[in-house]
Amino acid sequence: MSAGILLFVVCSLMCVGGALITILARNPIRGAMGLLGTIIGIAGLFLRLNAQFLAAMQILVYAGAVVILFVFVIMLLGPSAGISESQGARSRFSRLFSGAALAVFGAFALVFIGRGARHEFAVITPAHGSVEAVGGRLFNEGLVPFELTTALLIVAVIGALAVARSKPNAKKKVELENPTLRMFHGPLHPRDAERPLSGDTLSERVQKESV
Amino acid sequence: MLDVVIENYVLLAGVIFTIGCIGFLVRRNILVQLMSIELMLNSVNLALVAFNRQHTGDMNGQAFAFFIIAVAAAEVAVGLAIVLQFYRLRGTVNSDEAASLRH
Repeated sequence: MSAGILLFVVCSLMCVGGALITILARNPIRGAMGLLGTIIGIAGLFLRLNAQFLAAMQILVYAGAVVILFVFVIMLLGPSAGISESQGARSRFSRLFSGAALAVFGAFALVFIGRGARHEFAVITPAHGSVEAVGGRLFNEGLVPFELTTALLIVAVIGALAVARSKPNAKKKVELENPTLRMFHGPLHPRDAERPLSGDTLSERVQKESV
Repeated sequence: MLDVVIENYVLLAGVIFTIGCIGFLVRRNILVQLMSIELMLNSVNLALVAFNRQHTGDMNGQAFAFFIIAVAAAEVAVGLAIVLQFYRLRGTVNSDEAASLRH
C-alpha cells in the first residue's frame, strides 16, 4: 500500500468517524471535537489534492475559529448546552422517519454514484493549488467577489454583535398598583410612567417638582 | 495497482454530506444542528477541490471553496449569536421550542 492510499484511508476514516461522533454525541463538546476531527481529516485530503493553500485556510478558519467559537458558546451555556433528545415526542416520529429515509436514499445514491467508473487524476503542474495560483485567480478575475467577502464578514460581525448584545423582552409592562388612582392621576407624560404613584394630584406633583 | 481516483473523493464527500443532513434533521440541539451544517459545507468543499484537481489549468474550484469557507465563518458567527439569544429567551437550546410563529 503506497503512502498516498494510506493517507487517503486514514483521513477519510477520520472524516467519517468525526462526522458520526458529531451527530451522535450526547455531549455537544464531544460533538465539537468530532467536528474538529472531520476538519483536520479534510485538510489532509486537501493536501493530497494539491490544495496546500486551502488546507492551511481550513485549519486556520475552521479549526482555529469556528470550532473554538462552538466550544466557547457551549462553555457559556454550561450544562444546559446538552438537552435530552427524548423529552417531548412532538416531532420525534417525523424526525426519525426523515432521517431514516434520507439514510436509505443516501446509501442507494452513493452505491450507484461511481459503480465501475474510474477516472484517474489528470497530470498537473506543481504550481496547481499553490498560493500564487489561487491568489492570482482570486485577485485577477475574482477581485470584486473577494472584496464583497470583506463586506460580508464586516456585516456578519456587526450583526452578531447586535444580536448577541440586544436584550430580549426589553419592554416591561408598567404595573399599576392602584388602578383607580392611576385613572385619575395617571401618567400624563411618558416620563412619569415608571414613577410610583404617591397619590398626589397633578398640581401637587408640579409644585413638588418645582421646589 | 489500485489507486485513489476522483470517485473515492466524491463518494467520501457524499457520505459526509449525508451524515450532516441526517444530523440536521434528527437532532434537536441547535448547536448540533449548526455543526451538521458545517459538516455539509465541508463536504461540498471537498468535492469542489477534488473536481478542481481533475480540471487542470484554472483554480476556479479552489477559489470557490475559499469563498465557501468565508461564508461559513460568517454564518457560524451570526448563528451562534442567535443561539445565545434564543437561550436567553427560552432557557434551552431545543429547536422545538422555537415555535413562536405557530399560532
